[in-house]
Amino acid sequence: MKRISLPLLFLLMLSSACSNNDKVDLTHVTFNFNHNWDGTAVTNTDFNAIKFTNAYGNQLSIERLRYLISKITFHKSDGKIIVLEGYNLVDVTNNENLSFMPSTFVTTGEYSNISFTFGFNNEDNMNNYTDLNTASWIVPDMLGGGYHYMQFDGKFLNDANKEQGFNYHAIRAVDNPGENPSFPQDTFIVVNLGPTTITSNATFNIEMNIAEWFKTPNTWNLNELNQALMPNSAAQIMMNENGQNVFSLESVNQ
Amino acid sequence: MLALLFCFSCENESVEQYVATPSPLQIPKLFADNIIPPIIPIDNPQTQEGITLGKKLFFDPILSGNNTQACADCHAPENAFSDSAKFSEGINGNLGSRNSMPLFNLAWNYDEKFFWDGNTFSLEHQAFVPVSDPNEMNSNWKDVQLKLQQDSEYPNLFKNAFGTSNIDSTLVAKAIAQFERTLISANSKFDQYLLGETELTSNELNGFNVFMDETKGDCFHCHGSDKNPLWTDNSFHNNGLDNTFTDLGLGAVTGDPADNGKFKSPSLRNLAFTAPYMHDGRFATLEEVINHYSEGLKTSATIDPLMKKINQGGVNLSDSDKADLKAFLLSLSDYDFIIH
Repeated sequence: MKRISLPLLFLLMLSSACSNNDKVDLTHVTFNFNHNWDGTAVTNTDFNAIKFTNAYGNQLSIERLRYLISKITFHKSDGKIIVLEGYNLVDVTNNENLSFMPSTFVTTGEYSNISFTFGFNNEDNMNNYTDLNTASWIVPDMLGGGYHYMQFDGKFLNDANKEQGFNYHAIRAVDNPGENPSFPQDTFIVVNLGPTTITSNATFNIEMNIAEWFKTPNTWNLNELNQALMPNSAAQIMMNENGQNVFSLESVNQ
Repeated sequence: MLALLFCFSCENESVEQYVATPSPLQIPKLFADNIIPPIIPIDNPQTQEGITLGKKLFFDPILSGNNTQACADCHAPENAFSDSAKFSEGINGNLGSRNSMPLFNLAWNYDEKFFWDGNTFSLEHQAFVPVSDPNEMNSNWKDVQLKLQQDSEYPNLFKNAFGTSNIDSTLVAKAIAQFERTLISANSKFDQYLLGETELTSNELNGFNVFMDETKGDCFHCHGSDKNPLWTDNSFHNNGLDNTFTDLGLGAVTGDPADNGKFKSPSLRNLAFTAPYMHDGRFATLEEVINHYSEGLKTSATIDPLMKKINQGGVNLSDSDKADLKAFLLSLSDYDFIIH
């Protein structure tokens, strides 16, 4: 007598159910994260060399670039939304998680906007995430706790023409470090990618223009703002302002 | 000895597979609550018989060329399985070139890159290396296998652990790795503080704040935190020890000049037992280590940008902050671990 395994039986039942019902308009979506410096592609092979110049004129290198995205949201014109489960720690340094496929399915059709959050919103930022703890991604409790939004480390040529380190670390801005930190304003960023019609397995190609972190509206001088920026709420707010135009939707493949 | 025989029967075949008594790792609460699960290879699950065998092998000089040196001679329990000497001495009197690394919480080394320069992937492979290193045990696996095979006890112990009395180097390494994975340190004073079982002194608490403060110690970016009880990122950094390198570290492994001078961040657990410090054991005391980060940083092309204020030599901690930082660091030492 032939034996059929339980998983196989389940698949056969699932297949049968699908073929007997109307078309199910569910699909996965994938988000690819690509990086450029004012239009020139950047990968980790470009790291560790002074080869970039920011808007102020600082010559700099990138040695470490990691950032968190969360709350990918599909917005319908009638106000309904689909929030995809999960978050993704993009690690450009180690070429990891540059592509992210959330487990949640999306229904095909027209969407008035698709958005994601750079970092965590304040509610999500208060949860405990074992994978992010493991990745040394936490923010000390004295700065309000939670998690980094971005770690962007490198070196620049300072006014004395010597290499000096910088740590452009974005977190939730804290105004009053201590036992009861206060927050002058939110510094996570909701990135709107605009309307899209989803027909099948869609791949969103997202671009981060790294140069924008130093450009608009705050021309960033690394001689003045380079390290210990996490407790600097003014610097965090400047990062938030400059981050508004860092991300863009390059294309959607489906 | 309990051993189970599992029988997998299919339509046309019957395969018997020996399975020893499972002995899963006891995950400490702080680890379970805060970090992802440990790495246990599918082909080398933890078993009572494997761990027992691995422990016997770890402490047995039979693995060395002249039967005089065991793993434990350079990884002594009282030193958190490290060596109090700057460089360990091999069976021929040769000295190694790096300080012996302590052994604990190794199953949580997620990238599985071992040694100071990460040159070896997997704990099993790590256990394999010292036996034939001419500066360490200076043996060869053919001889070791023969000695173990002719021993009165080992063939039976291997049969209990792996279902075969035919001893080979792979099984030796597997057994030692199983034992090493049981070396779990999670009962320091600071652990007890996080679990609400004890209080820290005001000096230790301030030391913790120095550790976590980006404008002071800023240690947490590389060395864990109250949310990462490993107290290491298990990654590789140039922490400003030298302007030029006599030991390239990770750079010699990857061939990438950008990795020159980078070494693994060691865990800050059990520093009370693991002196001397750094990959080359250059610092005899914790005071020297703290002074290095405070005033002694040396710049180079690959120094980590997380090293602060290099042109001032470092973060320039006050004397009281230095003392408090040391007090906090010592609170990460687990006396229960070295006793048991």
